[in-house]
Amino acid sequence: MLPDDRGHFGPYGGRFVPEALIAALDELDAHYRKAMADPEFTGEFERMLRDYAGTPSLLYDATHLSAHVGGARILLKREDLNHTGAHKVRNVLGQALLTKRMGKGRVIAETGAGQHGVASATAAAYLDLECVVYMGEVDTKRQALNVARMKMLGATVIPVTTGSRTLKDAINEALRDWVTNVDDTHYLLGTAAGPHPFPAMVRDFVRGIGVEARAQCLALTGTLPDAVAACVGGGSNAIGIFHAFVPDADVRLYGFEAGGDGIETGKHAASITGGSHGVLHGSRSYLLQDDDGQTIESHSISAGLDYPSVGPEHAWLHDQGRARYQPVTDAEAMDAFALLCRTEGIIPAIESAHALAGALRVIPALREELGHEPTVIVNLSGRGDKDMHTAGEYFGLFDSGEVIG
Amino acid sequence: MSVSVAFEKARAEGRAALVGYLPAGFPSVAEGIAAVKAMIESGVDLVEIGLPYSDPVMDGPVIQRATEQALAGGVRTRDVLHTVEAVSGAGVPVLIMSYWNPIEKYGVDAFARDLAAAGGAGLITPDLIPDEAQEWLAASDAHKLDRIFLVSPSSTDERIAMTVAHCRGFVYATAVMGVTGARDSTSSAAPTLVSRVKAAAGSLPVGVGLGVRSGAQAAEVGAYADGVIVGSALVSALADGGLPALRTLTQDLRSGLTP
Repeated sequence: MLPDDRGHFGPYGGRFVPEALIAALDELDAHYRKAMADPEFTGEFERMLRDYAGTPSLLYDATHLSAHVGGARILLKREDLNHTGAHKVRNVLGQALLTKRMGKGRVIAETGAGQHGVASATAAAYLDLECVVYMGEVDTKRQALNVARMKMLGATVIPVTTGSRTLKDAINEALRDWVTNVDDTHYLLGTAAGPHPFPAMVRDFVRGIGVEARAQCLALTGTLPDAVAACVGGGSNAIGIFHAFVPDADVRLYGFEAGGDGIETGKHAASITGGSHGVLHGSRSYLLQDDDGQTIESHSISAGLDYPSVGPEHAWLHDQGRARYQPVTDAEAMDAFALLCRTEGIIPAIESAHALAGALRVIPALREELGHEPTVIVNLSGRGDKDMHTAGEYFGLFDSGEVIG
Repeated sequence: MSVSVAFEKARAEGRAALVGYLPAGFPSVAEGIAAVKAMIESGVDLVEIGLPYSDPVMDGPVIQRATEQALAGGVRTRDVLHTVEAVSGAGVPVLIMSYWNPIEKYGVDAFARDLAAAGGAGLITPDLIPDEAQEWLAASDAHKLDRIFLVSPSSTDERIAMTVAHCRGFVYATAVMGVTGARDSTSSAAPTLVSRVKAAAGSLPVGVGLGVRSGAQAAEVGAYADGVIVGSALVSALADGGLPALRTLTQDLRSGLTP
């Protein structure tokens, strides 16, 4: 069972952090292991997921989309219907509940476009925790609505003005806060990356996605799916839906990374397909870096995938050949975004549109290889309301001269 | 030249050693070299050259800004090694302080080889713990380099003992829970931490860092530690007042340590 007791997935993962954080990581690891074995904790977590977050999410047989595409049965795992509109609520509720159990009263979080910040602020409001969210200054200006949401929920939002002033610098600043205030503060990390135990812990909090989808698919179709597709930025929704299927050798796992303008342009966020081995934010994985090991800024139309590294378990699944990772460009993702809107009346997050676009691309070859019409589960990890500004501009839906704010 | 030379010299003079940090390439590679030389002439016993990195999670605003400026100016890993080479003949041991990814990208053994060839004494690794350091332990042995790991007030006695057992040259005690930066008062946690480390370290010197900015503070820390590490205050002095201010502060720090 991976990771090993020091957080390694093969050569990946581990702990590349200042010694000052090791005691806190050890404490977190001990509490998390005990909590996961304690029916009182797991029962309360399940109750919150069911009664508050609205899970299990539906596995929706997307017949209109499937008919339009032809040659495949596409099932959508509707994480977009969860409270706060994405799979992320599972992770934040798990970590916030663990924070209470550890007797800490304060959580800090990083956020890019604001989704994890809003989710963290939600969990903190629900469980009565103080919440501080670090957000790149550039992003606070681009995402004023999410800043207002976080404030409405009682969180403090701190604009980060160092480095590139985006997500990776927000993580750096959160780590600096944590090392200073570790006695009373939990760092509510937003993805399945970072130092051990975060990659394993976040995976365990979101793995219900795959557990549900596997059972729902068996109930609906009588068999396991031929393939499961998810988008991969840091990789939490993907590891969440993959994990229950990893032992099912016949179920193909596809992770679709943000290809931005195309891998060949250098403007992308595809750490596995376009990056190399290295260490960032506390673990060893694949990352975007220059010849000197300096982090390169990532680019994606999707804020949630715009991160220059990826969780270590994905690096391991890639090297093992258990999951296949491919880039999907901004343009491919936006085509799929439009297609799902029109065929099913579902506006997906642009992140999730990457998963759908990738699935549509691999379906023909999969059908040929299998000799039958494949059943493919696509993780619809979030809803797209938050992306309407981007989509409106991309598709030219706003009248020229109109001020959108 | 091993850093033990610096600690032995200071000990013989009945005082703690002064350890000065500046990032390479700040404000430019040539000016950074001149600044390190000025620091040596003004009395530091041991030099730490910072390798500028895009994601410096242990550093406060002063060092972040300086290393950002160095990177914006185009500083490369080879410039950092060149800086070591340019100052290593000035009579005091020279260490590099670096986050781990640039070293791993360069190649751990290749970096150790080139650092040794440049006359460097070894490496301080703020985000590499001995648990993850197998490759560096081997490379530092092969190329006879000092390796300085960090301990913190939150470290357990077991971790202090384990970390100290892997250090060579000295042990770096981070005196406060937090990032680098000058503070008005030094940490009350520091003396306790130093005595805990000394209990495990035997004859290995213990240096204390994070927060010192004046001769008076240096004297306070030097009373219980073998080395007083100063970073942000020196970087601020260089940034705001150039070489004259850097010399003045270095002399003040050193005079605080002189019995």
